[in-house]
This record gives sequence, C-alpha cells and structure tokens, in this order.
Amino acid sequence: MKAWLPQTWSGRIYALLLLSLALAPFVLDWMKQPFYLDLLTRALIFAIAVISLNLILGYGGMVSLGHAAYIGIGAYCVGIPSYYDYYNGWLHLALALGVGGGFALITGAISLRTKGVYFIMITMAFSQMAFFLFVSMEEYGADDGLVIYSRSEFPQWISLDSAFGLYYWIFAVLLLALFFIHRLVHAHFGRVIVGSKFNEERMMALGFNTYRYRLACYVLSAMLCSVAGMLLGNFAGFISPDMMSWARSGELIFMVIIGGVGTLFGPLIGTMVFVLLEEILSAITVYWHLIFGIMLVALVLYGKGGIHGWLSLLDRGGGGRG
Amino acid sequence: MDWSLLITQLLNGLQLGLLLFLLASGLTLIFGIMDFINLSHGSFYMIGAYFCGTVVAITGSFFIGVVFGLVGIFIVGAAVEWFIARRLYRSDHLDHVLVTFGLILIFDTLVHLLWGAQGMAIPLPDMLNGQIRIGELVLPTYRMLIIGCGLGVAALLYVLVVRTRLGMLIRAGASNRTMVEALGININRLFLVVFALGAAMAGFAGMLIAPITEASIGMGNDIIIVAFVVVIVGGIGSVKGAFYAALILGMMDTLSRSYLDVVLGWFMPVTYAETAAPALSAMLIYILMAAVLAFRPQGLFPPAGAK
Amino acid sequence: MAEPLLTVNSLYKHFGGIVATDNVNLAVEQGGIHAVIGPNGAGKTTLIAQLSGQLRPDSGEIEFAGHSIVDYSVARRAREGLARSFQITSVVMPLTLLENVMLAVQGTGGHSFRFWAPVKNDRAMRDAALASLAEVGLDDRAERIAGQVSHGEQRQLEVAMALAMKPRMLLLDEPMAGMGKEETARMIEILGGLRGDKTILLVEHDMDAVFSLADQLSVMVDGHVIATDTVAAIRDNDAVQKAYLGDSHA
Repeated sequence: MKAWLPQTWSGRIYALLLLSLALAPFVLDWMKQPFYLDLLTRALIFAIAVISLNLILGYGGMVSLGHAAYIGIGAYCVGIPSYYDYYNGWLHLALALGVGGGFALITGAISLRTKGVYFIMITMAFSQMAFFLFVSMEEYGADDGLVIYSRSEFPQWISLDSAFGLYYWIFAVLLLALFFIHRLVHAHFGRVIVGSKFNEERMMALGFNTYRYRLACYVLSAMLCSVAGMLLGNFAGFISPDMMSWARSGELIFMVIIGGVGTLFGPLIGTMVFVLLEEILSAITVYWHLIFGIMLVALVLYGKGGIHGWLSLLDRGGGGRG
Repeated sequence: MDWSLLITQLLNGLQLGLLLFLLASGLTLIFGIMDFINLSHGSFYMIGAYFCGTVVAITGSFFIGVVFGLVGIFIVGAAVEWFIARRLYRSDHLDHVLVTFGLILIFDTLVHLLWGAQGMAIPLPDMLNGQIRIGELVLPTYRMLIIGCGLGVAALLYVLVVRTRLGMLIRAGASNRTMVEALGININRLFLVVFALGAAMAGFAGMLIAPITEASIGMGNDIIIVAFVVVIVGGIGSVKGAFYAALILGMMDTLSRSYLDVVLGWFMPVTYAETAAPALSAMLIYILMAAVLAFRPQGLFPPAGAK
Repeated sequence: MAEPLLTVNSLYKHFGGIVATDNVNLAVEQGGIHAVIGPNGAGKTTLIAQLSGQLRPDSGEIEFAGHSIVDYSVARRAREGLARSFQITSVVMPLTLLENVMLAVQGTGGHSFRFWAPVKNDRAMRDAALASLAEVGLDDRAERIAGQVSHGEQRQLEVAMALAMKPRMLLLDEPMAGMGKEETARMIEILGGLRGDKTILLVEHDMDAVFSLADQLSVMVDGHVIATDTVAAIRDNDAVQKAYLGDSHA
C-alpha cells in the first residue's frame, strides 16, 4: 500500500472532499451552474471562519459566542477603505489582521480572566459592542450596510475579479489554514492549549502560564477569522453589521458541532453540510429553520462527535488500518 | 432643560428596567440554581405575547388574555424543562448554548407556522389607552400600568423568595446546590417550578410590551441578550441583584440615548460629541458588563453565601 | 545540619471564622523527606495549596532556596523548582502517559511559543519524559491513555510528572490516596528511591508509609503544628499520642 494514501475511511473521505473541491469549478462550469460555484465559494469562506473558531473552541475549550465579530471586522476592513477608494488588497489584509488581532488582544485579555459561563457571556458582549458600533456609524451605512463596488487589488500578484480566480485563492487560504492548524496543535504551543482545555489547574502546576498561551491562541484565531471576513467582503460585495450579530456567532458554533469539535477536518465538513442544507432546505420550505433547530437539539442529545465522530466509527468498524 | 421630557425619559427607563427585570429574574434563577444557560428564554417572552394576543382576539378582553397567556407559557416552560433542559443540567455549557440556540430556531419557526410572518397587534381596552395629566405632565396610562405591574411582580417575587418555603429552597439552591440535594428535597420538582415560573415572568413581560410594539417573530432575541447582561452585572443567582442591575441598565440605556451627546459636549467639540454619542450609548451596557466581569466577576450584588 | 530548602514562617490562613493554618512554622531540609501528618481538617491540604501558590496566605512568609516566593504564581513556583502532585488524581486524561509527562518536561523547559515543529520530533523532551516514566516503572505503558490505566498507575503518573519537572523539591499531597496494599508498597519503594536526590514534603494518611519514609515528621492539629521531630521522637511524644496517634493505637 502506498504510504501517502490515506489509511482510514475518514481520511479517504476527507481526501476525496478536498479533491472534489479542487475540481469543482471546472465541473460546475461544464455543467453551466455558476450559482453553485458561488455557493461553494461562500461555504469555503465560512469554513475558514469555522476552522478558526474550532481552534479556540474545539482544541482550546474556549467557548466564544462572539466569533462572528471578527468576520464583520475583516469585512469592514475591506468596506471602509473601499468607501474612500483605497482598493489595495495588501492594505485590506494588513488592516484585517491588525484590527482583528488588536480587538482580540484587548477583549481577549479581559475575557480570559473569566471562565465557563462568564467567558461565553463576555465574548458575546464584546461582539455586541462591535455590532452596535457599526450599527451606529451612519457614514458607513449603519444597519443598512455598505456596498463594496470593487474587489481588493493585489497588483502583479493576484486577481480576485473572476469567479474562478476568487474561488481558487480562497481554496488556497483554506488549505493553508488547515495546514497551519495541523502544525500548530501538534507543536509545543498546541499541546499547552489542548492540555489547558482538559486540566488547566494541572497545566499551571506544571509551570505553564496558561493565560498567556490562551490569549495568544485567541488572537491567532481571531486573525484567521478576520481574513475570512475580508474574503467574505470581497466575495459578497455587500456587508452589514448583521454579519456579526450573536445569532451569526451561534451558527458558527453550530457548524463546528456538525462536523466534530476539536478535529482538523470537522469544521470544513460541518460548514459544507450546513451551507448546502441551508440552501436545499430553504428552497423546499420557508420553515427550514425548524428542521435546523430540531437537528441541533438532536445532535447534542444523541449525536456526539458530529460527522467526524460517525466517520471514525467507520474506521473502527473495518477497512483501513487506522 | 426640558423637565417634562426628563421625567418622561426617567419613566421610560424605569419601564425598560422593569421589563428587563421580569426577563432577568427567571434567567438568573435558572442560571444560579440549575447552572443552565437558556438562550431561548427570550422565546418565552415572544410566545407569551402571541398567546395573549390570540386570546384577546377571541375574547376581546386584555385581562383574560393575560391570564390565559400566563397559564399557557407556564406549561410551555414546564415542558421545555421536562423534555429538554432536565437532560442537560450535567453537561457542559457548550451543550446548553447549542440546544437552546436550536430551541430559538424551533420556536421562531413554530410561531411563523401558527401565526404567520406578520406581527400581531394587541388592542388595548379604551380604559388603558388614555393619558394621565399631572400639571404640565402628560403620561400614557398604559405605560404607568406596565411600571405598576413590574413593581408589583418584583414585590411578589420578593415575598416569595424571602418569606416562603419555596423561596428558602430557591435561595439555598442559588448559593449552594449540593446542600439542597443533601436536605433530601425533591430537586427535580424544584427545578421544574423555577423554570416554569421564570418562563411565566418572561412571558408576562412579552404580554406587557406587545400592545405597544406588536408581537413579532424574534422579538425576544435582542432583549434577552440585554437580560443576560443584567444577570451578569447583578450577580448570577441573585434576584435582588437582577432588580438593581435591571433598573440601572434600563435607566442608563434610555438616558444615554437622549442625553449622552449633551454630556459629551461638555468635554469635546459638539460635532464629535454628536457622532460619538449614538455609538457609545449603544455600547454602554456592554462596556459596563465587561468592566464588572473584569473587576468584580461575581457581580455587583451576588447571592448571599455564594462562592 | 543541612540548610533548609524550604522555610515557612508564621503562616496564617482564615476562611471567614474558620482557621485553616494558624501560625505554621516549618523547615524542610535539603535532601530530606519531611512528612506532615494530622487528622482530617487539620489544614494539611490548605498548607500544600499555600506552598504551591494556589491559595494566598493572609500573612506569613514562605522562603524557597533562600528567597521569598510568597508573591509568585503557581506557574512561577513550578518553574523555580517546586513541583507538586495532587490529592485527587489530576492528569490530562485523554492524553497518553508519555504525552502527560512530556507536558511536564515542556512546562519547565523554557517557553512554549513554538508553533511549527511537532512535539513528537522533540527527541530530547521525549527521552527526558521516558526517563521519568522509567523512574516510577511506567515506561512500558508509555503509549496508554491516562484515563484508561488503573488508579494506582495514575498516581504513579502523578509522581512521574512531578519528577519530570526536574524540581528541587516535591510537594506530594497524599500520593497513596485510594491505593491498595501492593500499590502502596510500590509507591513507598519509588519514593524511597528518591531519598537524598530530591527534597520531599509529604502529606500522607498511611502511617506505615510515613514511618518507613520520613526523616522528619510534623504533626498538625487544628491548623497548628504541635510538634516537629524525628520519627522515633514523635512516636514517644505524649502530646502527639494524645492528640492524634492515640486514636489509631487505641
């Protein structure tokens, strides 16, 4: 058996998923289905955001109910400069990383002094603050939002103007994010984060200043999520404070749970399923939220481990050497 | 300065504060006693309004609407506790967030299914539609009724918590759960009652506000977040804390929206003040919550004996 | 007489009206095994919590290796060489024994802001961890999940983690808690092997273990240290007999 081929059923399915995503634009183009390419593009962007949330929530045990704030911050870091005719993509990226990271550093430094319920509530409170800040900015459209007329420009580098080009650049960011998270959680830093999730008291007794590591993790996650927001602003061409409402943050958590908490590919597959289901169900009935709600309740009460958990059962059940 | 405007604003702040208290008192007890985060507490607020509106439409009596609405929402609350919340008290908070987020989706869609996407207006009897004149001051009768009801429920709840056996158990449960269990109390029944009572109070708040705003889908989803802020600021599990925090936040929110630009104008050029004031007043309660969590995480008025 | 490595001066800690430690004085000599015994509620665990930094004393002084550590955080004290084990087994249950001990090596070995290289490839850390596991006889079970080994083995893992921190001193909070006879004997053997090499402060209920291990013995009752002496002298001390040992010898 070739060593580089995935050895488990779950591994094979993930490899197949990545391969399909890589080929999807051509297939959809051939089938003349540009709408579905748009849908996939949006799914990939959200997957990056969900991957970033999974870093703190899944690996680090920090349940943030305010992560959508960073999507909004990243998006406005495209929207506001564009409003003043600054289209330079490097500027947008630097702003997204800087503002997202800075906001995370300040709010995280306060939030991480708290635990459990308090952490959930304070992250939610800070995202509401960001939400209302943008709602009250009349200059940038307040709650009506802001139209972005032209995408970020990376002269001599990248063009985001074609649907194809945008898709592949987003796909590249997604792969980078996956690779980055994979390295991170297996490196020294990641072990401290994972250890603190299960037994923070013990980690402190082992000499770790867990607060600092968690704060660094929180900031990294926020920066990655801001990049997702920057991509979303580019893709959608329209941004509004609604992107960062607490209900959006709840949806991000939902996507993590569908896929499987604290796993590498769980967030990707969870987001795919969420976005596709949303599309299919909302086409069938206006009451599709009901189905989502029931799914969510059932998933927590009965379906521990999400899709990744079910695929892992496949690995144990036979086939592969996992 | 326009004094009658100030008094009107103070009364608006009081009204908002009392509505918040009706939501937050149940929330803080459920939080404090069962250690359960109920994001869908705002759904009770919405459902209460729809129940009441439906009965008012049939009977034409606002009073009967409120009575039936209270009974209905009590039953809904008890059902949520019985079928769902009960199974989750021992799981972690992430599960609470997810399940109750799912419940919001379910309740919002069910209301959509049963009553349609349009809001539901609830007509008031003429008696409540009038105004009270005190000198130059003109006050809408119904708003005064809301304030009266809010204070009345607060007083009733105070008597319940301080004077009765159920109240004693509630207080004991909020500060030390294991002790209540050790006393051999039927803890399941206590939880059921507290949960349903909390739902009824939230529903009552929804019924009170609906004649002014209409009952609408998702009407509870914004105010519940503010109610959570009240719970945290007041101290989890503390009804007294919820009362003071609700009034403080209600006043702060209402007054800052009207007067913050004036106050800021004392310190900075008026044009800046007028730009900054709306943003700042919208964020003010969250800033207060962050400050409380950072410097006094147990809240301003934690329940006696709580750790 | 050897210099004390750890000195505790007039340590007070009150919880409301309850006195947990009342004017506690202790001196633990370098390389020795110093045991603290006393009935339940005597303040032993509160004492450990204050020494490890989990609790702040109301007043008093804790000196370690010649300087005050009273203001240090838990993590800082651990890095200074004061390692502890927990009374209730406290390891990272979903990780393997090896991964647990590697975390202990990592915790005292400089910062962990290293984002890229996999921990698995850190040979030095892995070898150090395996050596600590070998010291407590768990090296053959290195890849087992901590949550799935026996209670006795989890207790041994606790000690291995403390050892892996290369501490100057170990604070062991009831290492024999909940162990069977054989497991206890094994633990006594392990701890006895550390004599002279590591300074140990041992809080323990198992008298056989205490008498066979300790060089010095302090007896705590109601937050006070009522006597500190050699094992033999404590056995003959009337006050101690009355206050504490009397119960078990009656």
